[in-house]
Amino acid sequence: MMNEGSELSVTIAQIVQRLKGTHLHSQLEKQAKECLHRPEIRLESIKEDVRKFLRATGWERKLQNAVYRELHILPPSGHPEAPLEHTKEPLAYMRKAQASWEKRILKSLNSMCTELGVPLARKRPVLEQKELTSKWNEMGADEPACVLFFIFWKVLINLKNPNHDHSDGLTARSHWGLIPISLSVRDVPQLREAYPELSLSCSQLGIDDHAHVPPDLFESEHIRIGKKVVDEQDSAAAQQYSRQGSPTGLRAQLWALILNITNDPEDVAHYEQLKAAVIHHDLLVDNLIYKDVKLTASNDDYYFVFEDVLYQVLLCFSRDTAVLEHFSYNSATPPKSYIQGKTGEEEFAVVYPPNGVIPFHGFSMYVAPLCFLYNEPCKLYSVFREMYVRYFFRLHSISSSPSGIVSLCLQFERLLQIHLPQLFFHLQEIMAQPLRIAFKWMVRAFSGYLSTDQLLLLWDRILGYDSLELVAVLAAAVFAFRAENLMEVTSLASAEAVLADLSTLKVMPLLQIFLFANVI
Amino acid sequence: MCTVRWQACLCVCAYGQHLAGNHIKADSNHREGRSCVRYKCSLMNTVLDVLHQRPGWVEVKEDGEWDFNWCDVGWLRENFDHSYMEEHVRICHFRNHYELTRKNLMVKNLKRYRKTVEREAGRLEAVKCDFFPLTFVLPSEYHLFVEDFKRSPGSTWIMKPVARSQGKGIFLFRKLKDIMEWKKVKICSSNTDCTRSDEQRDEAQVESYVVQSYIENPYLIHGRKFDLRVYILVTSYLPLKAWLYRDGFARFSNTRFSLRTIDDQYVHLTNVAVQKTAPVYNPEKGCKWQMQQLRRYLTAKHGTYVVEELFKDIDNIFIRSLQSVQKVIINDKHCFELYGYDILLDQDLKPWLIEVNASPSLTASNQDDYEMKYSLIEDTLHIVDMEGRLTGKEKRVGGFDLMWNDGPVFRENAGLETLGSPFQTANTHLGGVNDRKKQLRQLLKPFPGQKKV
Repeated sequence: MMNEGSELSVTIAQIVQRLKGTHLHSQLEKQAKECLHRPEIRLESIKEDVRKFLRATGWERKLQNAVYRELHILPPSGHPEAPLEHTKEPLAYMRKAQASWEKRILKSLNSMCTELGVPLARKRPVLEQKELTSKWNEMGADEPACVLFFIFWKVLINLKNPNHDHSDGLTARSHWGLIPISLSVRDVPQLREAYPELSLSCSQLGIDDHAHVPPDLFESEHIRIGKKVVDEQDSAAAQQYSRQGSPTGLRAQLWALILNITNDPEDVAHYEQLKAAVIHHDLLVDNLIYKDVKLTASNDDYYFVFEDVLYQVLLCFSRDTAVLEHFSYNSATPPKSYIQGKTGEEEFAVVYPPNGVIPFHGFSMYVAPLCFLYNEPCKLYSVFREMYVRYFFRLHSISSSPSGIVSLCLQFERLLQIHLPQLFFHLQEIMAQPLRIAFKWMVRAFSGYLSTDQLLLLWDRILGYDSLELVAVLAAAVFAFRAENLMEVTSLASAEAVLADLSTLKVMPLLQIFLFANVI
Repeated sequence: MCTVRWQACLCVCAYGQHLAGNHIKADSNHREGRSCVRYKCSLMNTVLDVLHQRPGWVEVKEDGEWDFNWCDVGWLRENFDHSYMEEHVRICHFRNHYELTRKNLMVKNLKRYRKTVEREAGRLEAVKCDFFPLTFVLPSEYHLFVEDFKRSPGSTWIMKPVARSQGKGIFLFRKLKDIMEWKKVKICSSNTDCTRSDEQRDEAQVESYVVQSYIENPYLIHGRKFDLRVYILVTSYLPLKAWLYRDGFARFSNTRFSLRTIDDQYVHLTNVAVQKTAPVYNPEKGCKWQMQQLRRYLTAKHGTYVVEELFKDIDNIFIRSLQSVQKVIINDKHCFELYGYDILLDQDLKPWLIEVNASPSLTASNQDDYEMKYSLIEDTLHIVDMEGRLTGKEKRVGGFDLMWNDGPVFRENAGLETLGSPFQTANTHLGGVNDRKKQLRQLLKPFPGQKKV
């Protein structure tokens, strides 16, 4: 077992390794070299003086932000002898479930391939390339090709923990909820401690910026602090600040700061490369993207405007091999495809799609709300990619992570069971299990279900607390809010109807009341 | 709603106006109000629903006497001059509203107003009137137009018929030869002759056009052009009293904006009526954003300060356009009018006035739209106040904010502290939170004859 000291030095070494060779590194070196000409740099204390200079000119802050970002995406540390799969996901049955889920996806993709007679990837003829280049900004006008729906959650509710003793047969407890396994999830008292900034005694946006509350009480000061945070360019401060909500006029900058999106020339060049890749090659998964956007975002009252930029972002995303890095901490494994005729031979295996992520129904909804904040496609793309590799990937892969969809589902059910047992029991009885309805909200982190301004307030907190846990808490809070009506329904259809429209809900009061105002 | 009271009301109304119980005695603070209002309505949409459901309001048939008339402009033209209206009667148009709503007359009035402003207050003030694109009335100003056209070669112009709506008859052009055909037909046939009757002159006017400089750099949201529809209620021109509704919407064009396709009417015109017939139109979508959504989007993009300045500029358009026709419109205490203003933003976030509609569409395209228009009409009726429930000192009624009351209206209540203060904010909340139900509950007494809820 490694002691803390050596674990820390391993982490430091890892981060240094990752930052070496980045644009930031070369910039820092350049700055350090150039400042040697300055009068305040003395030979006797050169190290200290250079450090002072870098601090004064904001470069130390930039490095801090970069390190902070690396800490967010650090793969979990494990025993040096353990294989990566075991470190990413310690529970064997979870690994197995994820692997079989991946097999099913691949099978569907391959049969789609055969049915349509379309290859997984093909080079576009030159004429088509030219056409696509000129139509880059209008891609939404094309017709979609095919459809593929996933029944992800059926896999989740069939998870089996082999260590679980089923010998007592079917009892009320074993069939109390849909998720048949046990993971450690937090209950309300623990949540109260983890989210103190949401308490009743703490002001925040989404509640204390209401039209009737004079802005001097909280809003004006909060905005002033927000401006300061942006000026200081401090990632960690921005993250802490976001827990109380981001003002509309500052949100884009604050999120970019939290995610450390610097929009360096190398980022811009990378994006242009991806664009070129889209124009040169056509991928089968592109059809999934077209259909998804047409079915979800294009049909939405507010997001339909962003149709074109959604295609741009998602098509580029599919080709971005930089996304493969996140598989060092994602329990999933990128799917592999083989060059024609060489199935099984590892040296002819390629990751497919290039970013290892097969888009599914509703995927475009992860991007749509971001279109509200970012205009330039490159920045929008970077923000989305970072949000995906930090948070969204957990919503559609099977793992034991506390922010993973399995934990969220379990937490949702537990919160209802403990705090609204009558409601839970009633809904179970009429075969309207709460998870059936709440699942789709949680998989999309509520995108497309809440009104945009409310959704952004929720995502402020996801970023602020670096966790998706509040998604599960909000789902439970919504049920609590509509409990009275739900107690009267007698079928799944009527329960769905009661919960069909969430567009009028105010997220922060719901969370606050559920966590802090209920009698426990 | 008690059936007995309904029937009593009907009986009372059937005997005409001179019955006790039909009037509520005025006290020193209230106008005289009516407990039973007889109305006529020539529309078959949301307006009719609101009128049907208003407590104490009864529809009268063809020739019956009425207290309230939501008429169309055609009816107005034919009947207004021959109708005698008692003091309490209200009608939803001003006799010569077309001074504001017909494109050629609006342009004439705005140009004249601008000259007056420049003469009286100088150039800096006159520049604030530059919110309508360069426009010429045809055929009378054809030669002026050609001069200007030659000065800016390659620019795009839009031709609009003066009196038609819903995007009909509009086309874009860049070359004079594109309108040569049109010129031959239209100019020859509309030589006005003083000996013609009113109707004949009207008809000739119907066919006259305006040509306007086309705004080639509209503000786009991810490649799509949009315009804003805003609702203004005017209850009096002398003195000018105007209300601004908080809700409104942004109407998007269904396809991407590009100057290459001048002929593609669907791209350039954002009227819902035109969009409805476009091949890709999805009726469920509606291609609209609520004003609140747009305001939030712009704030996220440009920051609060910029957007507040933009909305101040938009307020300026409403007030000055109304002031420009203030002395021309025949003021009549019986009249009120709900206008639909069409505003276009350009890339520099400058708002432009495209048009004012005297009969904005009140047909709903979906459920949300229905609720918005229902509330809009309901609040209009609250302000018209046949029931005499208002004091006349209100700055807000439901979703309407009093924008101008013979002078600017400010959010802050006037007092010694605010006197001369530069920090007064206009009493407008376009795209702001519209918690009208709550506000109305606090503001209004129950309808006459209704118990307090």
